Amino acid sequence: MTTVRETNALPGVAAGLLDAETLAANFGDLHPPLGRHEALVEADRCYFCYDAPCQQACPTSIDIPLFIREIAAENPLGAARTILEENIMGGMCARVCPTETLCQEACVREEAEGKPVRIGLLQRYATDAIMQTGRNPFTRAAPTGKRVAIVGAGPAGLSCAHALAVSGHDVTIFEARDKSAGLNEYGIAAYKTPGGFAQKEVDFILSIGGIEVKHGVALGRDIDLASLRRDYDAVFLGLGLAAVNKLGLTGEAASANVLDAVNYIAELRQAEDLASLPVGRRIVVIGGGMTAVDVAVQAKLLGAELVTIVYRRGQEHMKASGYEQDLAQTHGVLIRTWARPVALEDAHGKVSGVVFERTRDENGKLVGAGETFRLDADIVFSAIGQLLTPSSFGGESALKGKDGRILVDEERRTSAPGIWAGGDCIYGGQDLTVGAVEDGKQAARSIDAALRAGLKS
Amino acid sequence: MADLSTSFLGIKSPNPFWLASAPPTDRKTNVERAFRAGWGGVVWKTLGEAGPPVVNVSGARYGAVYGPDRRLMALNNIELITDRDLEINLQEIKEVKRKWPDRALVTSLMVPCDESSWQKILARVEETECDGVELNFGCPHGMSERGMGAAVGQVPEYIEMVARWCKAHTRMPVIVKLTPNITDIRAPARAAKAGGADAVSLINTINSLMGVDIDAMAPMHAIEGKGTHGGMCGPAVKPIALSMVSEIARDPETRGLPISAIGGVTTWRDAAEFIALGAGNVQVCTAAMTYGFKIVQEMISGLGNYMVSKGYRTIEDFRGRAVPNVTDWQYLNLNYVAKAEINQDLCIKCGRCHIVCEDTSHQAIFPIVDGKRKFVVNDDECVGCNLCVLVCPVESCITLVHRTQGVDPRTGLDYDRPAANWTTHPNNPGAVPVAG
Ligand SMILES: Cc1cc2nc3c(=O)[nH]c(=O)nc-3n(C[C@H](O)[C@H](O)[C@H](O)COP(=O)(O)OP(=O)(O)OC[C@H]3O[C@@H](n4cnc5c(N)ncnc54)[C@H](O)[C@@H]3O)c2cc1C
Ligand SMILES: Cc1cc2nc3c(=O)[nH]c(=O)nc-3n(C[C@H](O)[C@H](O)[C@H](O)COP(=O)(O)O)c2cc1C
Ligand code: SF4
Repeated sequence: MTTVRETNALPGVAAGLLDAETLAANFGDLHPPLGRHEALVEADRCYFCYDAPCQQACPTSIDIPLFIREIAAENPLGAARTILEENIMGGMCARVCPTETLCQEACVREEAEGKPVRIGLLQRYATDAIMQTGRNPFTRAAPTGKRVAIVGAGPAGLSCAHALAVSGHDVTIFEARDKSAGLNEYGIAAYKTPGGFAQKEVDFILSIGGIEVKHGVALGRDIDLASLRRDYDAVFLGLGLAAVNKLGLTGEAASANVLDAVNYIAELRQAEDLASLPVGRRIVVIGGGMTAVDVAVQAKLLGAELVTIVYRRGQEHMKASGYEQDLAQTHGVLIRTWARPVALEDAHGKVSGVVFERTRDENGKLVGAGETFRLDADIVFSAIGQLLTPSSFGGESALKGKDGRILVDEERRTSAPGIWAGGDCIYGGQDLTVGAVEDGKQAARSIDAALRAGLKS
Repeated sequence: MADLSTSFLGIKSPNPFWLASAPPTDRKTNVERAFRAGWGGVVWKTLGEAGPPVVNVSGARYGAVYGPDRRLMALNNIELITDRDLEINLQEIKEVKRKWPDRALVTSLMVPCDESSWQKILARVEETECDGVELNFGCPHGMSERGMGAAVGQVPEYIEMVARWCKAHTRMPVIVKLTPNITDIRAPARAAKAGGADAVSLINTINSLMGVDIDAMAPMHAIEGKGTHGGMCGPAVKPIALSMVSEIARDPETRGLPISAIGGVTTWRDAAEFIALGAGNVQVCTAAMTYGFKIVQEMISGLGNYMVSKGYRTIEDFRGRAVPNVTDWQYLNLNYVAKAEINQDLCIKCGRCHIVCEDTSHQAIFPIVDGKRKFVVNDDECVGCNLCVLVCPVESCITLVHRTQGVDPRTGLDYDRPAANWTTHPNNPGAVPVAG
């Protein structure tokens, strides 16, 4: 697929549809932080439940009632520590977790009155407070002399690295990109994490010491698994999903304005000036997940006039949560369901529209209903999921996989001794930042236990 | 429509809501604003003897305890009696009473503990044609260090003596305002009655230190680094005031002595509770100092609606009705059995009932039933203590249900047994055997 820059020449696609002030407002904080008084009032709403359902619903099992009580007692730094002990990316998770399907859905106030305690915002209040001090509250255990290699400086890799560093091991992270943080830096919607938060959090995490990040080094290109296993005491793979699914339509590759949503968002996130980013007036997004919503909403915020998400099944089947669907709709994005793309309309090497076929569910199987319709499009975004590139870790044969992802056990051990994996690249995950952090944490515990057992023997 | 008017010691008032002697009643401007807002009466801010005016601190004289969302639960003060000139106060009292003849206007007084001081001030107050006097034996700070206020109120003999002087030197009704800073409120009330006082009012403020600034290592709020105890009032003191009012109302020695109830009255319901315990009216300070005078409108409409809903025409129709039901522990029926029941439709599964009963009570609530998060009371252990009811965040979700049929699995005794209390209980060495 072509990159955005080359689409500049296309009619209907233009940069700077909105002025700088409007863009700044549009890409400001989606949920502004709570002030001190707001936080105290909100914290007071927590019932301090027994065996709290919210804590059970949190993939990283943060002791939510405890940290909220610490906020209520005006001890935000204590609250932050409670959070970070279980989830070192508590700051990012406070911003990007779909809390409406996690902790806040489980909050007993949701059942009582439909208004859960705003756990995400409280978590942000506490973690912002500690980040302002600039001090990582943890200290490293006595050095073990053990060295761990981690591939990928995304949430999974960083979480694993931090926990290992705390345990006294030395960590080297190999990261293909120029910046750390993975999709926190290149993928998450801009309005969820403004102000360069992803990099601030990376600095905060790395300030523990004992972690070296080597940028521009890709597994499969510059290094291989065999040498990592040879040179290090353990290896953790937090590769994410580097490749994207294709629509599989004729002309897709040749068309300058059929774009991969993840790449476009990465450009958006890295753009120094949003006004320089080209966007179409009529946009069609194909897909039904978080990426589809994010690209649709951000296109709208950049000034696109008509943005339509087309998903092949019903709205209730979309991977994007109800909250996110609402977010799209309140931003004026149209969601059309039960339709799949069958052809791209070509006008001199560029796509001018997409033809969709209506679909229906027949005994759980999606079938075409024959009838078609077309939508005008200046840009078509494909957001139908990402893939792991097996070549990046030396081919599928090296590690057992399933559905194109790496298979791990409960402790995040792969089929190969000495290699752990976590985050989006493993099978059975939730494809959420918080899940990746949990994987990294669990893998670190398992690695630490294995290395310590090795030390004793 | 209900008739809210009262006649307390013959002092007529369109409603039972008076402002207590305090800053809201410090001057004509305030009192007239209060009357315009609808207050039935005021007790003028305490006057002292003629002479150089009292001097107050010029730093923080108030402190507070907050509930959620900065709701003020208690107020504390180190203010003294009025710091305005006696003559101006007397002049204003006279003017206000003339202008507002249908409202109650009582003057609060505090002078040194000798007969001539009281005689002198009473004569001056009579000239104002106000409706009565209230003797401030309650102020717990500042004035008490000078032998006045609580220093008198804590010695029943002094109360009796001063009350007697006052009754001897004025024809005006005399109300004695009591301090709660004593062990048994009945002693000062009995003394006031013995001295001939027409009524008691209570409570004045409670000795308190509202907090300690742990950065400055000084009490809150400090004046140049030093602080002193003050007097606490507001919603948090109401239970203490209720208990004290009820003790006086049911004490055989003071039964029938008119009571003007004070302490934490914030809404009509608080007033109704004090009246049910026998108070002839209520006085309010903190609520007005928190929200302004307009709150009396809610009090008037709320009390009126309550009375209509109950079929009470006048305040007298329900005044004191709760007094016979205030009793001693020894007379409570020990054969009455209630147990908690959790309404599963209302339950939001927070588990607070379980953990408090488990950790601090009788281990009587199951947290898991049939493998699911479900909170159910275990009758075998429940003693009906009410703790779970109180900590449950959902109103009416957990209730105590009186058991009347079957056998209590906890004790093996029938639920339905004739009433019996401690006075006849077999475990009581001093029990009076039941004839039979
Ligand atoms: C558009 C979009 C929006 C999203 N929004 C949300 C959201 O709002 N909330 C939420 O919870 N989740 C969201 N997610 C999901 C979330 O971002 C991911 O689940 C999470 O980032 C996974 O973390 P990870 O560490 O496994 O992988 P990544 O974040 O993908 O990090 C992997 C890292 O490994 C590096 N890498 C990859 N291959 C190699 C190699 N061969 N050699 C060296 N380095 C390599 C990559 O450069 C990258 O830095 C979103 C995802 C997308 C795509
Ligand atoms: C600032 C302040 C000053 C007070 N001054 C007096 C006073 O001069 N004389 C007096 O009898 N009581 C005084 N009180 C006590 C009140 O009259 C009243 O008894 C007490 O506040 C309890 O009522 P509440 O809970 O409605 O405030 C004062 C109270 C406050 C808050
Ligand atoms: S009433 Fe008391 S003993 Fe009974 S279940 Fe509730 S807390 Fe436990």
